[in-house]
Amino acid sequence: MEQTSIKYYHPYVSPFDPCPPKRIKYYSTPPNLYIRFQPMNTAQFPIEEALYRGTLWKCLYDPYPPKREEG
Amino acid sequence: MWLYEKKLQYPVKVSQCNPRLAKYLIEQYGGADGELSAALRYLNQRYTIPDKVVGLLNDIGTEEFAHLEMIATMIYKLTKDATPEQLQQAGLGDYYVNHDQALYYQNAAGSPWTATYIQAKGDPIADLYEDIAAEEKARATYQWIIDLSDDPFLNESLKFLREREIVHAQRFHEAVEILKEERDRKKVF
Amino acid sequence: MELPESYYQLLEKIQQVDFVLVDLTLYLDTHPDDLEAVKQFNQLAYESKQLKAQFESQFGPLLQFGGSFSSYPWNWKDAPWPWQV
Repeated sequence: MEQTSIKYYHPYVSPFDPCPPKRIKYYSTPPNLYIRFQPMNTAQFPIEEALYRGTLWKCLYDPYPPKREEG
Repeated sequence: MWLYEKKLQYPVKVSQCNPRLAKYLIEQYGGADGELSAALRYLNQRYTIPDKVVGLLNDIGTEEFAHLEMIATMIYKLTKDATPEQLQQAGLGDYYVNHDQALYYQNAAGSPWTATYIQAKGDPIADLYEDIAAEEKARATYQWIIDLSDDPFLNESLKFLREREIVHAQRFHEAVEILKEERDRKKVF
Repeated sequence: MELPESYYQLLEKIQQVDFVLVDLTLYLDTHPDDLEAVKQFNQLAYESKQLKAQFESQFGPLLQFGGSFSSYPWNWKDAPWPWQV
């Protein structure tokens, strides 16, 4: 299934907001939200790789991008 | 009963002595959506949920104890051999006065762990929806800790734990789907 | 006493296999009729036992209360513990 795991929105910005505005905010929508019941025989990561992904199942893998880079 | 296995679930590594990160991580040790709460919540619900999903609660609850040990390991390594001055600078002066380097079940703001973090409604759907919510909240907490952390090794372990929350939430959703099924309706009435 | 590099390598290999066994366990709890997954589970359970026998012969027991055999003297209680390495 094709879906995005991050959603964006534009919060209201007031001229009286004291902090520099963040014009785009985002939140996670991880893959489990889109899978009602995982089908049988879905693709797997190799055994040596699953540990570092945190799951054996490719359809459940959701990377979390670093926020620091954006400054 | 349980057997202890003398290994961590994931090879936890931290890059440097960093008590401030330990202060944040304690949220997942003794906080509302932390690993202790999760383990006790699921294992406690096993007794009053249909047999079909007891195994899942049993096994996720057991995995949560492995995660608790990972968090403890991170805190242990981040604070090991830190001086009282270093702890004080990291905002852990109050903590040091009470506990020295000992681990304590409290959240990042210092509130001790409490059973009020866990509900037990006895209604299978209500309990499973609580579990799903707990997994999503724990996932969010890991995100916010990763956002604050500049330790690349620690972040590998934290991303692992975040991903486990996603897998657990998926399995709890499936448990709800299993309990929704009409298959066994006649046996009930 | 510093542990040899082989301790970490072998332990990580066990962690890789055992992790897949954990994830397959949760999957099978909700998919008990997936024959392929059960076959994979049993194959990996066998591999895990082989790896642990090798690890334990060099670095001591991983399980106790009878889950592992003991050498003499009793070495289960010996450091290092998982959080220390």
